[in-house]
Amino acid sequence: MTHTRAFLALACAVVGGALLSACSDGPTAAASGPTLAEVRARGYVRCGAGKDTTGFSAPDGHGRWLGLDVDTCRAIAVAALGDRDKARFVPLTGQQRITALLTGEIDVLPRTTTWTLQRDAGGINFTIPNYYDYTAFMTGAASGAKTLRDLDGATVCVQTGSLTEIVFADVARRNHITLHPVIFDNVQSTRQAFLAGRCDALATDQSALVALRAMKPGQRFTIIPASDDIAPLTPAVRHGDDQWFDIVKYAIEAMIVAEHLGINRTNVEAMSSSRDPVIRRFLGVEPGNGRALGLRDDFAYQIVRQVGNYAEVYDDNLGARSGLNIPRGPNRLRRDGGLMLSIGFY
Amino acid sequence: MNYVQTSPEPQLAPTPVRSPRGFGTLINGGANLLATLVLVAALEQALPHLMAWAVTHGVWQGSAGTCRHAGACWLFLREKAPFILFGIYPETQMWRPIAVVTVLAALTLWTMPRAHWTRWTLGAWGAGLMLVLVLMAGGIAGLAPVPVSSWGGLPVTLLLTVLSLALGFPLGLALALGRRSPLPLIRYGATGFVEVLRGVPVVTLLFAASFLAPLLFPETVRLENLTRALGVFTLVSAAYLCEVLRGGLQGVAHGQWESAQALGLRYRDVLLVVILPQAIRKVLPPLTSTIIVVIKNTSLVVVVGLFDLVSAGRVVLNDPAWPMPYAETYLMVALVYFVICYGVACYSRHLEKSLAESRR
Amino acid sequence: MQRSKPSRDMLRWWLPQALFALVFMAFIAVMVGMVEHNLSVRGMALDFGFLGSTARFPLSETIVPYSPSATFARALLAGLGNTVVLALVVIVLSTLLGVPLALARRSGHPLAGGVACSFIDAVRNTPLVVQLLFWYGVLTVGLPPPGKSLQPIPGIFLNDRGLYLTSFGITGTALPLLLVAVGGLVAVAVLAWRGRLHQASLVTLATVIAAAVLWVSLGLGVAPDVPHLDRYNFIGGWSFTPEFAAVVVGSVLYASGFVAEIIRAGIAAVPCGQWDACRAMGLSDRQSLRLVIVPQALRVMVPPMTSQFASILKNSTLALLVGYPDLNSVANTTMNHTGHALECVVLVAFVYLILAAAISLGMGLLERRSARWAR
Repeated sequence: MTHTRAFLALACAVVGGALLSACSDGPTAAASGPTLAEVRARGYVRCGAGKDTTGFSAPDGHGRWLGLDVDTCRAIAVAALGDRDKARFVPLTGQQRITALLTGEIDVLPRTTTWTLQRDAGGINFTIPNYYDYTAFMTGAASGAKTLRDLDGATVCVQTGSLTEIVFADVARRNHITLHPVIFDNVQSTRQAFLAGRCDALATDQSALVALRAMKPGQRFTIIPASDDIAPLTPAVRHGDDQWFDIVKYAIEAMIVAEHLGINRTNVEAMSSSRDPVIRRFLGVEPGNGRALGLRDDFAYQIVRQVGNYAEVYDDNLGARSGLNIPRGPNRLRRDGGLMLSIGFY
Repeated sequence: MNYVQTSPEPQLAPTPVRSPRGFGTLINGGANLLATLVLVAALEQALPHLMAWAVTHGVWQGSAGTCRHAGACWLFLREKAPFILFGIYPETQMWRPIAVVTVLAALTLWTMPRAHWTRWTLGAWGAGLMLVLVLMAGGIAGLAPVPVSSWGGLPVTLLLTVLSLALGFPLGLALALGRRSPLPLIRYGATGFVEVLRGVPVVTLLFAASFLAPLLFPETVRLENLTRALGVFTLVSAAYLCEVLRGGLQGVAHGQWESAQALGLRYRDVLLVVILPQAIRKVLPPLTSTIIVVIKNTSLVVVVGLFDLVSAGRVVLNDPAWPMPYAETYLMVALVYFVICYGVACYSRHLEKSLAESRR
Repeated sequence: MQRSKPSRDMLRWWLPQALFALVFMAFIAVMVGMVEHNLSVRGMALDFGFLGSTARFPLSETIVPYSPSATFARALLAGLGNTVVLALVVIVLSTLLGVPLALARRSGHPLAGGVACSFIDAVRNTPLVVQLLFWYGVLTVGLPPPGKSLQPIPGIFLNDRGLYLTSFGITGTALPLLLVAVGGLVAVAVLAWRGRLHQASLVTLATVIAAAVLWVSLGLGVAPDVPHLDRYNFIGGWSFTPEFAAVVVGSVLYASGFVAEIIRAGIAAVPCGQWDACRAMGLSDRQSLRLVIVPQALRVMVPPMTSQFASILKNSTLALLVGYPDLNSVANTTMNHTGHALECVVLVAFVYLILAAAISLGMGLLERRSARWAR
């Protein structure tokens, strides 16, 4: 009898504990309305993140999330909730990320995901690119390879669940060369195998290759573009909520427009008293833009103040301040010869 | 009338007695000598290299650069141990996962002597688990909230093990009773459930859970990655435990049921007070190996992006400043698992012996 | 009283079952409804049609021929082929390694016993995941690049790209020889299966002689294909990649620890009296082992071996971690590229269930046959 009761007590305690663990982040209210309402009720935005895409999203040695995609998510959190720290990051593998977005585990997927037809048609919508990349091969300078044809017969490390996997196969077919793929389920294994000498070359996004090269100053590598096709890395949202789609789009756009208008973290305060009608509208001094999206009118002001403009965010995570030193290249503004368009906040 | 036994011999539990003329005699003088020579030669070849790698050329202090062109880089482990053990948990809150591990270890050690098997201990476990979850999650009593996605390392491994066993046990018992039920429909149901869970790889189940959980529940319920993994491990442990308990229940003579019922005990009491203790005593070795399997299975969460011990080990290897000391890192991770699993195995051996003695 | 009892029994028989059936069907109905609802909300649909589309992704190595222009169905088939081969190789090798380990552990030899015992404890008490990652590290970081390959025996090359062996091709028309060899093998297998071991050995001998005669009369020769270093890799000969090698080495070592314990328990389960009885009948040690002890031990060993082999099959899914494309990892890639997660999961779970059933069926057959051999 005592056993029985004790047993029941344990069962209850444990079930209670499990429920607590389930609830601690919890069964949360409702996709019945639009995502924004759900995010506000919950109190934070859930973003898909990579564990190891340095420069885009990765926790540092102290458990802090850093990267361009992380800052993009923070900008979205500022737009929706007014606070950059109201973003939570769900580490996802390359294979899980699309499904996680489809099934509602995350609100937005800013995780170096290339905008492609198959993905776009498969239940998600791409907002606007926050980085333009391209697939490339990196090989030790000692191999002497300069062009794709020099790679004939080489072993190449590739990560599965990425577009690279498909581009890789296309490159071999297009150029009539034989490439032996070694395919892993995650970035770390792929990178480690390349550095360990398992492969002659590593195929992935150029930005990741540059980042890796920067981290290994002692070694010399050659980067060979796989083709001249550009891969727009684009935060994506689920089908079916146009308001949320717009919010994510304009949260990203706010950083680009801020750079275009010359507004940054340090001068944003001063800029509020600008006479320029474009700047006044952008910062919400002249109201209307925020309300149209269902946000506060100063959402762009808050994004610049709390997160920064695109140039600052780029510099922090990928440029000079990050140690990666990836040149802006196609990610410069349109007026500087790049592809980043500043769409009017009219 | 039958003089010939037609039914198969009942399978007896392995007797621990060593056969007096076992294989030892087959490896007679010559073979024995040969084995000795070969093994000694092999050890003599391997040991100096191993010693040189681990001790003579091992690096204990210095900087990342010291590890290049040297032996084992133990320094790396010293630097990275907090991350491997506790994952991406916020650094300022590091005392919390340490407290969690301590609480769980203390509870386990406390439970070991048989004299402590009381309902107070059971209650302590319940309270301890609550405390542990509160410590990890925070959000109350002035503790900063830490989202489940930031939990990592050893606490995740331990929590998954303990919770999946605790939740899986009642379910496994129910399934075992279901599989032994005289009612065919219930028997088929339980059997089908268990066989599916045992037949499909855990990795596949983990993937399935991460993709299917959102489809199986209403949109208002969203489960964390960790909760889904816990669900899978609970079901799998239940299936394994079911098979072990079924064996134990089979071993308890039917007379026990009848005599206990004749004493007027209710079904529940017969089961929990009379039958189950005997059944568990009979299946202690397989029960231990099931627990060890469950502990080891937690390492599979690496495929769904959770930061357990193995996953954290794989992440730290990515630090470009260090020369990828994979052997040292995985040896450390393996050692942590080994200490836990081997501890469980030793304890069960000790328990078996003491139970056998107390029965005499 | 006499009449009410059977009806009460009937009630106790039917009521729980009816309740169970009701709850079960309600549960299924709710689940199906929920999945349908959730799928439609997300604009997804259950559709296996994607299997016919072009897969587009490469696989690093396959037994079944595959290229990125093949279909998803073909890719999954290639994954299945790899899984089956991997599981079979691990089953055979771990059994072969488990026997000496078990014998060493049982032997009175302190050194051999100690080594076997600590090996078994070490592999059984650490997760396979860690072991696989460790071995993959050893095979890639630990081995030299192709330019500095180890060459333990001429014609065999070992480097961080894998193990390369010299292969031997037959020159000339070898078709008759092939037919004779295959025919002989089939005949031997059939005879052995039927338990006619004597006839089987005769047929083996006859096949070898016939093959030798054919070899000489057809004027066949052997051409070795020695692997040689190209710009990046060795080409020619037979090769094993580090991925395959790591998953085989890791899984075999891991499984052999469990197999050894099963064998040890099987031998221990044979009562000591059996040995005494054999000796009393004048059987030699070898005879008593072959005729009395092993058949009895085998019967004890078959059920745990069956579940051990099933877990080898299930553990083959960890090949994913070291980059060997098994069924599970191909299915994951397919899900990722198509978004048809539900379909893939159902398909893969179903295939693993069938494979597990095949293993227990095979072991059941083996058990019955082994009973016949023992006679």
